[in-house]
Amino acid sequence: MRGKLLRYGILIMSILFIIIGIYRKETSIVLKKAINICLECIGIG
Amino acid sequence: MDKRRITQIFSALFTNANFKGFIESNIYKGNLKKFCVPGMNCYSCPGAMGSCPIGSLQAVIGTIKYNFSLYIAGFMSLMGVLFGRFICGWLCPFGLIEDLLHKVPSFKIKVNPRVDNVLKYLKYIILLLFVILMPMFLVNEFGISPPYFCQYICPVGTLEGGIPLVLLNSSLRKTIGFLFVWKMFILIAIIISSVFIYRPFCRYICPLGAFYSLFNPISFYKFKVDKNKCISCNACVNKCNMNIEVYKKPNSIDCIRCGDCIKVCPTKAIKGCFKDRT
Repeated sequence: MRGKLLRYGILIMSILFIIIGIYRKETSIVLKKAINICLECIGIG
Repeated sequence: MDKRRITQIFSALFTNANFKGFIESNIYKGNLKKFCVPGMNCYSCPGAMGSCPIGSLQAVIGTIKYNFSLYIAGFMSLMGVLFGRFICGWLCPFGLIEDLLHKVPSFKIKVNPRVDNVLKYLKYIILLLFVILMPMFLVNEFGISPPYFCQYICPVGTLEGGIPLVLLNSSLRKTIGFLFVWKMFILIAIIISSVFIYRPFCRYICPLGAFYSLFNPISFYKFKVDKNKCISCNACVNKCNMNIEVYKKPNSIDCIRCGDCIKVCPTKAIKGCFKDRT
């Protein structure tokens, strides 16, 4: 029962986090980073 | 070819479907990159259609505007609570590469359980230090930090982004320095060790695997052992490449849900399912 509560609790919390993250416009930062070549990631910068 | 391999190949192709990027030496710049893919897949890979959750997490934490990314933490938790490390075993493109490298005919090393028990905690340290704490606190005068894990450790970016872009783009080639050599060294070390040791990156380094592993015991997708059928023959334990005593701990944090134990179980006592029973 405790496992089930935890599972559903995390599921709801995750969805809430995603919604709040989208509301805070974090997606635009992700997009901005991802559409430019990340020089650090490829070992140049 | 088994079901898992086919799924891994489709997943790798689906997340890297921008094939023209490899021809044009550029990356996909569309809106899909607002979304993360569940596995390790560098967003600077010419083929990448989505974002890497670990890179994105560092990118958001590293900005002046936010201290933490609820969007990415929520996404990773959602994937974790639904699937656990099933993602590592079935969906991660880098996991597929390691699996294929381990198929290269050679002698194989089964890591000593005592060494394995110590080394496996390294990935949690990397997650905490390089992915969360350093981007949070090790900032420049403008309050911005680089993605430390991507910059100094991640071999996925070197393989999927660095090598193709440097090969295809002469201006990038001119800027190669010590960092690229260092990252190539890490990549080559992981490639060579993957031939002899099963999935060394996933077991000891991958911060995404570390995060998902925390959800294995509670995730919706679980392995269940029917105690009435299990004869404790150890067939599952002997088959397991991750050194897990499957019949005792079917939902171990180290299990990548490859399902090899299910295949070898002589009494069909192990099964993977989404049934929500505790």
